[in-house]
Amino acid sequence: MKNLIEKINKGFENRIRLGIMSALMVNDSVDFLTLKELLDVTDGNLASHVNALEALEYVAVKKEFVGKKTKTSYKTTKLGKTEFNHHLKALEELVKRSK
Amino acid sequence: MSDSNEQLKQIQEIHNMMTRSSRFISLSGLSGVFAGIFALAGAAAFYIYINQSTSYGSMKDYLQEIPVEIGSDFLKFCFIDAGLVLFFSLSAGIFFTTRNAKRNGQKIWDKTAQKLLLHLAVPLVTGGIFCLILLWHGLFGLVAPATLIFFGLSLLNASKYTLDEIQYLGYCEVLLGLIGSCFIGYGVTLWAIGFGVLLIIYGLIMYVRYESKPKEKKFW
Repeated sequence: MKNLIEKINKGFENRIRLGIMSALMVNDSVDFLTLKELLDVTDGNLASHVNALEALEYVAVKKEFVGKKTKTSYKTTKLGKTEFNHHLKALEELVKRSK
Repeated sequence: MSDSNEQLKQIQEIHNMMTRSSRFISLSGLSGVFAGIFALAGAAAFYIYINQSTSYGSMKDYLQEIPVEIGSDFLKFCFIDAGLVLFFSLSAGIFFTTRNAKRNGQKIWDKTAQKLLLHLAVPLVTGGIFCLILLWHGLFGLVAPATLIFFGLSLLNASKYTLDEIQYLGYCEVLLGLIGSCFIGYGVTLWAIGFGVLLIIYGLIMYVRYESKPKEKKFW
């Protein structure tokens, strides 16, 4: 049991971070605006959580110009995918065992 | 263990977000119901037209003999009939789906909607062109089954980008289309079943399952 709890990744404990990762897992890449609408959060809030995930190297950032505006989009890194899957497995295992 | 509820909720939230971010979930069941009703009306109009034209005899004989000329009144009637069904079905679909998207707090024209439409459109447009080619060759009897087959395939192709259930409708349409290709004379009857009855049943099931219930609490 204790082992499992250790596997629960602290980086994903916040539900916004969990939401960001979930959206990125099933899409090739998601831009900032779409993420903001999906999660229903403010710019600042989203930016700080994405930055945290970027610092952990779970998320990669891509900036490009669309006309004169920059468009920022995100995708998961290999590490991010692996960690997220571990996290999900640990969650499932905990739920299974407590039943 | 009180934590397990928290973990179960997290798993549900992950699932919910994965669905919302990659699939267009606002496709309304009611648009299926109305498209079905319009299709039945269109098929009925076709049937009445055929039976009124005494020179054609029964529908079955007519469709098997296929004396269709490009530009004939009969063909014009078919195009107008099919065009009206398409127009009213699309209008109803856009209306109910927009309404549903507003309720879900989803944009009508987001990435998921674009993906869904693209994956619907490619097989559907291919099918449309193929049917025109069938007409050009004078193979009128194969048009109705071909529309069923291509419609079914486009639903299967699009099912990854909307609610999963639509794939079962797709399989049924393809099956009906294949049966229709074997029994040419019954093409229009099977067309009415596929685009009318099946769409109405599917639409009602989806409506009861996803739209008539009060909305779940928003997670995000």
